[in-house]
Amino acid sequence: MNRVKYRISWFIVVQEITSSNTVVRTFFLLNQRVNDLVDISQLKGFRFEFSLSVEIMKLDFSGLESSAPLYGGSNELLSDGFSAAPSFDLPVTSDFDGFQKNSIQMVKPAKGTTTLAFIFKEGVMVAADSRASMGGYISSQSVKKIIEINPYMLGTMAGGAADCQFWHRNLGIKCRLHELANKRRISVTGASKLLANILYSYRGMGLSVGTMIAGWDEKGPGLYYVDSEGGRLKGTKFSVGSGSPYAYGVLDSGYKYDLTVDEAAELARRAIYHATFRDGASGGVASVYHVGPNGWTKLSGDDVGELHYSYYPVEPAIVEQEMTEAVVA
Amino acid sequence: MTKEHANWSPYDNNGGTCVAIAGADYCVIAADTRMSTGYSILTRDYSKICKLADKSFMASSGFQADVKALQKVLSSRHLIYQHQHNKQMSCPAMAQLLSNTLYYKRFFPYYAFNVLGGLDSEGKGCVFTYDAVGSYERVGYSAQGSGATLITPFLDNQLKSPSPLLLPAKDAVTPLSEAEAVDLVKTCFASATERDIYTGDSVEIIILNANGVRHESEQLRKD
Repeated sequence: MNRVKYRISWFIVVQEITSSNTVVRTFFLLNQRVNDLVDISQLKGFRFEFSLSVEIMKLDFSGLESSAPLYGGSNELLSDGFSAAPSFDLPVTSDFDGFQKNSIQMVKPAKGTTTLAFIFKEGVMVAADSRASMGGYISSQSVKKIIEINPYMLGTMAGGAADCQFWHRNLGIKCRLHELANKRRISVTGASKLLANILYSYRGMGLSVGTMIAGWDEKGPGLYYVDSEGGRLKGTKFSVGSGSPYAYGVLDSGYKYDLTVDEAAELARRAIYHATFRDGASGGVASVYHVGPNGWTKLSGDDVGELHYSYYPVEPAIVEQEMTEAVVA
Repeated sequence: MTKEHANWSPYDNNGGTCVAIAGADYCVIAADTRMSTGYSILTRDYSKICKLADKSFMASSGFQADVKALQKVLSSRHLIYQHQHNKQMSCPAMAQLLSNTLYYKRFFPYYAFNVLGGLDSEGKGCVFTYDAVGSYERVGYSAQGSGATLITPFLDNQLKSPSPLLLPAKDAVTPLSEAEAVDLVKTCFASATERDIYTGDSVEIIILNANGVRHESEQLRKD
């Protein structure tokens, strides 16, 4: 019998042949380094023995585990767990979705927005408006929608304000813990994956998060879109929020990879301005940030009402005839 | 087969309005004292303001049972903080704690609309405004509750401060003096009482400044 040794790095295929039946057991281990030595005897339909020894790295599913307990858990506020996701009290009801729908309608958490980000030659440009609306009421015109996760990474906020604020802060904590544990900064890929896994574990529970993670790591500029459905997309240009169609129109028509920082900032500012002009749920102050190799800097914060008059100044009307005072006899 | 929906809700709205204004070296926090349910008044002298720390006061409208529970949780967390750190919590720290406390009940929210007022470590007034699930920001003034939609436009007109997001940054606190700000608050409540059925009876005003805490009370229409 021939014994052939194989070293397979991405997957193991083990064939077990017993008498006339062929049973194929296939192990696919994706994204894991597998060192193995497999002795496979020549396949001829005979019964034979083989030995298999495999070292597999433990897959860490903690991010995918549902962290919400089924019934109200113990009060976690007093313990100091940062690395595990926090546990949440849940209402004791048979109709969870109905309860969430009613309570969200009742408390009306703030949402509605326009945010955008794009990669260009000089890094990543990130811009957002600053309006928060509760139903039809503007609850704030000065919300910080560009969240500073750490000095070289930014996150944008669209959807539920509390959800975005809380989970971005949680992400910042996790990124810092990663830095301390691994003695180097986390990549944008890694940070966006951390956030996406957390949001995926809360999928279907009513979180509303549409965020972009923009940063500069060892591989250069990085931009990911992450949402509360669990989606995560790598890309070079994104706009998120109720005003995004309008922002995309301006952004797509003016985008070139070779923009300078000033040109890109003006494009971003213009796109936000046009979105706030047409979308009722966007407005306030258009903030523009640039992420470069040395981290992010805030480039500008302009009130969109004033931007309107700077882009479209009121021209004095040409008066053809002027009314004069009637002469009183 | 139609599903029978529950007739019992864990929430109720007890009405009321809260306002806070931040000044250069003071902070005014005010709330009316009427507690209602449906069209009935439960009591005319219920305090919606709670002292969380020496320099932090929280005023909350909404469901007062949830407000009471929230106040208890925050007070006990502050006590633990004092034992562990041998000092009072600063107002921005308390603001973050309140935000996290609210978010931990994201799937069964506290029906409480809060305004946190106090003095920061530099002695400047700071006001933090919240939604029911914990999103918050530091502002120059804020109103929450049933009369908020009536009061906020008036405060925007009188106090409109430049947005903290503008670059170059401008100060968000109002240049008004303490006496003017207290007068403004009394005017707000008098106007809101005229047009909001859940606001009235009297307004409890707390003024925080470098010298300490002062209480004022003003009677409002009781109808």
